[in-house]
Amino acid sequence: MITFMNDSDSEEEPCNERTSLMSAESPPVPSYQDGLQASEAGEAQAHRKRRTGSSRSPNNIADGDMSESGVPVRESTLENEEEELTLKYGAKHVIMLFVPVTLCMIVVVATIKSVRFYTEKNGQLIYTPFTEDTPSVGQRLLNSVLNTIIMISVIVVMTVFLVLLYKYRCYKFIHGWLILSSLMLLFLFTYIYLGEVLKTYNVAMDYPTLFLVIWNFGAVGMICIHWKGPLQLQQAYLIMISALMALVFIKYLPEWSAWVILGAISIYDLMAVLCPKGPLRMLVETAQERNEPIFPALIYSSAMMWTVGMAKPDTAARGPSQQTWNAAEDGRENHRSPSHADSQVSETRTPVPTRPISSFEELEEEERGVKLGLGDFIFYSVLVGKAAATASGDWNTTLACFVAILIGLCLTLLLLAVFKKALPALPISITFGLVFYFSTDNLVRPFMDTLASHQLYI
Amino acid sequence: AFFWLVSLLLSSLIWFIAVKASDPRDEPLQKGLLIFGVMFSVLLQEAFRFLYYKLLRKAIEGLVALSEDGCSPISIQQMAYVAGVGFGLMSGAFSMINLLADALGPGTVGIHGDSQLYFLTSAFMTMVLIFLHTFWAILFFHGCEHRRWWEIMVVVVMHLAVSGSTFCNPLYVGSLVPSYLLMAIAAAWAYLLSGGSAQNLRRFLLCKS
Repeated sequence: MITFMNDSDSEEEPCNERTSLMSAESPPVPSYQDGLQASEAGEAQAHRKRRTGSSRSPNNIADGDMSESGVPVRESTLENEEEELTLKYGAKHVIMLFVPVTLCMIVVVATIKSVRFYTEKNGQLIYTPFTEDTPSVGQRLLNSVLNTIIMISVIVVMTVFLVLLYKYRCYKFIHGWLILSSLMLLFLFTYIYLGEVLKTYNVAMDYPTLFLVIWNFGAVGMICIHWKGPLQLQQAYLIMISALMALVFIKYLPEWSAWVILGAISIYDLMAVLCPKGPLRMLVETAQERNEPIFPALIYSSAMMWTVGMAKPDTAARGPSQQTWNAAEDGRENHRSPSHADSQVSETRTPVPTRPISSFEELEEEERGVKLGLGDFIFYSVLVGKAAATASGDWNTTLACFVAILIGLCLTLLLLAVFKKALPALPISITFGLVFYFSTDNLVRPFMDTLASHQLYI
Repeated sequence: AFFWLVSLLLSSLIWFIAVKASDPRDEPLQKGLLIFGVMFSVLLQEAFRFLYYKLLRKAIEGLVALSEDGCSPISIQQMAYVAGVGFGLMSGAFSMINLLADALGPGTVGIHGDSQLYFLTSAFMTMVLIFLHTFWAILFFHGCEHRRWWEIMVVVVMHLAVSGSTFCNPLYVGSLVPSYLLMAIAAAWAYLLSGGSAQNLRRFLLCKS
């Protein structure tokens, strides 16, 4: 387990980032109002242009602060249109997020149900040192609580470390860390996964083929995630690495610890995003002060715009650091969507002045998307996977948890549309998931089993 | 689907408590409790269907208020259909999925003297229930919209009847045949309520424009 421990060091970091949430929409007030007003106005304008051909000049919006004070009358109409747009696209956002979350869960459940490796107990991570093979229930409970405390404190420490690094502009270090961790995920974990799958299905594969496959998979993944690539390929890679990470958690976390950790992490999520002193909140605020997008490769975004083919003056104006990341486009797209669920150190809005509003008008309204952090994917999949692994071989429990998580996600997105600031995506879904897991496993299962044995239908 | 799940949860909670509070060796009592559990579950499902109707009503009002031309992008009939499909799918999934998982493995059906048609009849029963849930939702929502309480009562009674007929299992003619008949009736009724008519049907089947 030494290799895993070492790797875990670098892998914890993305873990922590993924689980930490960011309120990308609670930056210092002026620029927020700025951005919001601009985006509202921009959308309303784009909307109106299609309908009435209004002649409001785009330069108004670039005035930023001024636009706030000058438009009391237009506020209400703007708000109305904004609300409508939000609701209309709210449903679309929900669907755009359902598909990847569902895919990730399907991959995890399929693997758990078919590959024995991930349900065998082969030791634990160093982050959960206390064993659960204890004679008494009380001892086991105590051990799992201690494990949780250790795990959560590791995550908190890592997140604070990350915030400090970001504050003191150690970008190279962060990049290196991220690249190292995604390298490890893409190569090592994929190798292990592929090995186990081949073992399960008794398929022989020679080393050269294996090397070729894994090399291609990993290299393309690195390029797609950290640089540029087709949107769907990037999404697919992000889903795959979330699934791999979730599988690692499912394998190496003992049962009770896993449930307690899930509960604790949703509470931590809630606090880290909504409390003023939360590390993630500070991270976003710093990022927005500097007008930079933050870490690529840790957010799943459902829609992006490509600037590569567009000869526009603003692309030249963008800073070189933004150019290298897909995150730049994310940022731009982020700016356009007033509501997104960021469950991580997510994108900030790129500043209004460097983006002439002509870009708004050219964008199709369908380009707007939603962002969800990879940590959310991972923990949703951990919940469903654990349900599939440990629920007495019952599919009903897995299905119930799946529905519960999706409904939680729906509710979170609804709240997002109402509150218009980044919200933690974990608490509601995980709560529903946990409630449904325990109740389905203990209450519904005997009932359904008895019904099925008598072939009664309700 | 979520609402159906919650109703199932609550009804199994009640049943579980009842079972734990009673004597496990008393066979007729257990059977009685089971029947009680089934009936209670049916009533609870219908109650949740009503709650869901209330929720959707509010949602439609919200959408209408926000839309430009005063009508919501999705009508109550469409919502009724979707609600029914959701209920049906969830109920079907919960009924069948464990059976399907077990069917993948080795075994002999009915080796202990039970019916050999177990899988087949389960499949048919599940299918008829899924269809029925869809039609019931359309009828139910229509009844709620137009304040025709007798329609709602008919839906509830039909549901109880179908569930009750499954008590005849393994005498499958007693459960499958009535259920399919009821489904045909409900299908025709829902079709007529949704604006269909014999004329429409004929035109559709003969591919006239």
